[in-house]
Amino acid sequence: MSILITPQTKILVQGITGAFGAKHAQLSLDYGTQLVAGVTPGKGGQFFEHAGHKVPIFNSVHEAAATTGATVSVIFVPPPFAGDAILECVDAGLDLAVCITEGIPIKDMIRVKRAITGKKTRLIGPNCPGLVTPGTGENSNGGCRIGIAPGYIHKKGHVGVVSRSGTLTYEAVFQITSKGLGQSTSVGIGGDPVNGTSHLDVIKLFNEDPDTKGIILIGEIGGSAEVEAARWIKDHCKKPVAGFIAGATAPAGRRMGHAGAIVGGAEDTAAAKIAVFQECGIEVAATPTDMADALLRAAAKKGVSLA
Amino acid sequence: MNIHEYQAKTLFEKYGVPVPKGAAAKTAEEFATALASLPEGPTMVKSQIHAGGRGKGTFTDGYKGGVKFCKTKADALEIAGKMLGNTLVTIQTGPAGRKVQTVYFTVASDIKKEYYLAVLLDRASSRPVIVASTEGGVEIEKVAHETPEKITKVLIDPAYGVADFQLRQLIAALELTGNEAKNAAKLIKNLYTMFWETDAAMVEVNPLITTPTGDVLALDAKVSFDSNALYRHPEIVALRDLNEEDPKEIEASKYDLAYIALDGNIACLVNGAGLAMSTMDIIKHYGGNPANFLDVGGGASKEKVIAAFKIILGDANVKGIFVNIFGGIMDCNVIAEGIVEAVKEVGLKLPLVVRLEGNNVAKGKETLAASGLALVSGDTMADAAQKIVKLVA
Repeated sequence: MSILITPQTKILVQGITGAFGAKHAQLSLDYGTQLVAGVTPGKGGQFFEHAGHKVPIFNSVHEAAATTGATVSVIFVPPPFAGDAILECVDAGLDLAVCITEGIPIKDMIRVKRAITGKKTRLIGPNCPGLVTPGTGENSNGGCRIGIAPGYIHKKGHVGVVSRSGTLTYEAVFQITSKGLGQSTSVGIGGDPVNGTSHLDVIKLFNEDPDTKGIILIGEIGGSAEVEAARWIKDHCKKPVAGFIAGATAPAGRRMGHAGAIVGGAEDTAAAKIAVFQECGIEVAATPTDMADALLRAAAKKGVSLA
Repeated sequence: MNIHEYQAKTLFEKYGVPVPKGAAAKTAEEFATALASLPEGPTMVKSQIHAGGRGKGTFTDGYKGGVKFCKTKADALEIAGKMLGNTLVTIQTGPAGRKVQTVYFTVASDIKKEYYLAVLLDRASSRPVIVASTEGGVEIEKVAHETPEKITKVLIDPAYGVADFQLRQLIAALELTGNEAKNAAKLIKNLYTMFWETDAAMVEVNPLITTPTGDVLALDAKVSFDSNALYRHPEIVALRDLNEEDPKEIEASKYDLAYIALDGNIACLVNGAGLAMSTMDIIKHYGGNPANFLDVGGGASKEKVIAAFKIILGDANVKGIFVNIFGGIMDCNVIAEGIVEAVKEVGLKLPLVVRLEGNNVAKGKETLAASGLALVSGDTMADAAQKIVKLVA
């Protein structure tokens, strides 16, 4: 198994006719993902064609989901309209909305988060690379690739990866694959201060997933989401967990690329978070190069095989 | 985006948040006009820079205090002359300090008591939070650490706004009664409206004061805005002061590059914010010092790489460069070609270590090797970081 998505999951793409959305829709189709619909208001009835695929485009998420059975949407629409796109997924009753868009105003996300509280739809992102459940084919093809992550670096396996950063997720995934191991699912939750799914939400899913044998938790400066996850892991998670926190050298008060990566006080520094990781039994990776090795150390301590 | 105190107070007035009467001046000639708009009597003179700790700061010529109380307007005129054009160093500016390009005169208020008030985002709940304390005029971090019970936080439901019962909670926490309570409630509600309507990231009033006559005033104002929302606030974009920003950061923003200058000597060029941060970290881990944060983004083109090279080489402290690219979707060969072209164009004389990984990496490494450039290849991030640290040492 995997978490959130399987190779059978049917997905739709909001913003499939934009350059960014189109490029990644093509890559997902190449990967073998069940990408069954596109949504661009005003372009309903047209088709998105790529390498023999003919994906119907709809005017609304409702229509796309009802016609094709898609249960997950990936959002590539520009920042001023992205909040609206998320709400449309929730209104259509999808299982999951994955928002890739970077640069959504914080106020929009505060309102969206308030509006979707208690609703069926889970939101991942925004400002995230999306998620991948690898397939069994060559270069992990045949899996479900939602978003912008490179599919080929994955390999079907038993390590769960959750991260706020795209490229650090790829680093971790690549290291795991290079060691002959693989991933159950890798999840990028995004670098914004207000997001839909937290580290802890994903950790809980990995903890319950029988196919996930070990977890890599990647965080950064700003906020307390990693600390919250670490304390829960200490009390409830029996699986080996390795952690990495980026931003030890970041000056206080400056936003480091991600809107959420900013040191506000003494508790959201890298040093403070790493200290909590250690206190909670999480094997800390000293550098990004050490992430997979840290997980192997954590697994060895618990006598767990990750293969 | 940050703005100056005098700009923030103009916004405060627009939203019905009372402030002491004041006027700003950008030249010595404007001093007289500015002062003429204020009543005779005790006057404050305040250096306008985007950094805290102004009152306790020292100018580079030895003059002490970036915020001064003057008994008369004549004194204020003289003091303003010492501040304007002078460079103020505070605990937040770094040793280089900031040049004072605007001076702000305000009526010196009679202070009965000082308080703290702020509106910002509470990340844990994804809601705005109003923070209030009876301990004003001091660092709020210090209060939070030593007497956390003196800080009250009220989460605001974005669908409703500030409820009256929440205003009562805040007023009770500030221990205000009578006219002061009434005035403070109105001020808090208006401050929240301003926070919400302007897409502010943070609004901080420290101190908020009561006066012997029952007035409640914002004596200081620190406001920053959500950069992602500036597209819908041209009136706030107009308040941006480029003098307060690093010229290299301004140049970088033109190319959509996220760049932040630091004080080390190893420049970094990286794709992705998380990877860029940890590239700085790994340099430090192996004993070096990063000169900057630089994220060229996921879709880095040749042009972007060239622009990035020029910007990092504009920093005179730089003694070596570390390029760290994980090309997931991005073709490593495109990056390699960009590096080769950039190096040829800028005529690089410093050590350069390149770590490429990911899509089409073999071809990318081939391009680098065939270029004849004196660059060093690193296999992993750790390997490359150790190499650049050694080359620069």
